[in-house]
Amino acid sequence: MTSKALLAATALVAITLSLPATAAELTVGFSQIGSESGWRAAETSVSKSEAAKRKVTLKIADAQQKQENQIKAIRSFIAQGVDAIFLAPVVSSGWDAVLKEAKEAKIPVVLLDRDIDPSGKELYLTAVTSDSVHEGAVAGEWLAKTVAGKACNVVELQGTVGASVATNRKKGFDGVVAKNANLKVVRSQTGDFTRAKGKEVMESFIKAEGGGKNICAVYAHNDDMMVGAIQAMKEAGLKPGKDVLTVSIDAVPDIFKAIAAGEANATVELTPNMAGPALDAIMAYKAKGTVPPKWIQTESKLYTAADDPQKIYDSKKGLGY
Amino acid sequence: MMQRLLQSRGLAQIVALLVILAIDRAVSPQFFDVRMQDGRLFGSLIDVLNRGAPVALLALGMVLVIATRGIDLSVGAVMAIAGAIAASLADTYGLPLALAAALGAGLLCGLWNGFLVAVLGIQPIVATLILMVAGRGVAQLITEGRIVTFTAPDLVWLGNGAVLGVPTPVAVVLGMLIVTGVVVRGSALGLLIEATGGNARASELAGIGTRAMILAVYVWCGLCAALAGVIAAADIMGADANNAGLWLELDAILAVVIGGTSLFGGRFSLVLAMVGALIIQAMNTGILLSGYPPEFNLLVKAAVVLIVLLLQSPRFASAGAVLGRARQ
Repeated sequence: MTSKALLAATALVAITLSLPATAAELTVGFSQIGSESGWRAAETSVSKSEAAKRKVTLKIADAQQKQENQIKAIRSFIAQGVDAIFLAPVVSSGWDAVLKEAKEAKIPVVLLDRDIDPSGKELYLTAVTSDSVHEGAVAGEWLAKTVAGKACNVVELQGTVGASVATNRKKGFDGVVAKNANLKVVRSQTGDFTRAKGKEVMESFIKAEGGGKNICAVYAHNDDMMVGAIQAMKEAGLKPGKDVLTVSIDAVPDIFKAIAAGEANATVELTPNMAGPALDAIMAYKAKGTVPPKWIQTESKLYTAADDPQKIYDSKKGLGY
Repeated sequence: MMQRLLQSRGLAQIVALLVILAIDRAVSPQFFDVRMQDGRLFGSLIDVLNRGAPVALLALGMVLVIATRGIDLSVGAVMAIAGAIAASLADTYGLPLALAAALGAGLLCGLWNGFLVAVLGIQPIVATLILMVAGRGVAQLITEGRIVTFTAPDLVWLGNGAVLGVPTPVAVVLGMLIVTGVVVRGSALGLLIEATGGNARASELAGIGTRAMILAVYVWCGLCAALAGVIAAADIMGADANNAGLWLELDAILAVVIGGTSLFGGRFSLVLAMVGALIIQAMNTGILLSGYPPEFNLLVKAAVVLIVLLLQSPRFASAGAVLGRARQ
């Protein structure tokens, strides 16, 4: 090989190496939990479209609910030298070692949707999550505003006993109830976050409360239970949305169908767009070195019949819910 | 006296059911109120029958499997598969095809389990564990992980309709109970199944086709599970592959055991398995009506099951008799 050719080759290598640094295009590795629920599937598809919008290359690794797979994925992202790592942690503990490796490789980590134990606080850049206590409070405030001081007996369909989301959504709602003497939670049972159990529990609530005549509103910790409860009310000859007010959380497509049909009143969105704010934070951090706050709280937006539910249903339907 | 009463077959179960219904009435005064609502009976008692239907159907298949000294852990997953198939097909192809496909899938699942147990000789708990795990995955593949909803009115009727005022699921259970009863007790089939469970080798030598017997009970169990899955999907007008039938295999086994059928096989009672399913559901509905915080649900359930099983235990009954005599 002549020295000229060698020089040319070296220059070529140098250009190739410098390319990722000069171009604004980032590569982000995303260790996703899996696809256990419709919301999770929607989060994955929204992440892809948010990354495409910002011309970011997103590599998604599906961990199938296993932490060991997530740790493997993070290690392979580090080996590939990605610009940032997104992690939706399946459990809250056991991340310190692998996150230290990422920190040593100077790759910023952003947590999506779930937090990890405080011991790992220094090991990630920021966490993008929703505040589920706040979600419950938004639901409660809507109800307090809607009944406007009138006495209102509420029945509550809780999520799975012991799930932190269920505990927090209850706490947020109870906080509002405590401030409004006219609101009273008369019955509260778990519907395990499922349609079938939501329906069964609502059937018994209706019977226990005088055929539903004593029920003014239903609060469900997720929309799926509410969809079941709406069926139970219809079968009992009640008119959900009119005789009985409904408010639930998540904003899955099917609840918008019910709102459009006048059978449900309100839902609080748990946005599947966690990657959008995370990408913005990473791009600002990479470009200008802006360090984001430790916690980026997503908006818990309230939707009612005034928000063109049919249109939202059509736009959400394709996301994988 | 007490001992003899408790040991007469079925009495313990019926007493337990009556006691639980009485407790339900105590926590919820309107428990026995029944009225018509949109051409359908409506009331807590009807809820017990209606909500208990899927577990009753599972128990109907499970009791025969257990009678052969087997067990089928896959019924919950088979429910999810059948529900997913029925929900995916109903709107486009109509009920007959959707139902046929769902029941056909149940039949195939049963054949698979039966093949592993009867032909390959794998232990039933392991053989059916395979489908219990894989089956839910299959169902999730069919629904692509989302809740598939449908509007086909005839499929909805299977879950929410009524036959002469009786909710369709209850009518289906009654129909299946009669069919199963006529087939196994109207012929020697029931006896042959019990013989297979009692002593497979001796039965084989006596000329009973034990392999065919075992294969048949798993197929029947798969079919019952598929029917339960279709009803569960029709009930919520959607197939929820993640949750449909989840842990129901345990409730079905419990219903059979509460019904006095031994896990060691050799004897069974269809009607008492149904009573077992009703005991479980009467308890569930009672807990929901009582207004206790949900943290107590599982504790109450465990305590009731323990009491019902103690009532059936011959040793417990004789211990009670001894104590009674000592007091005299």
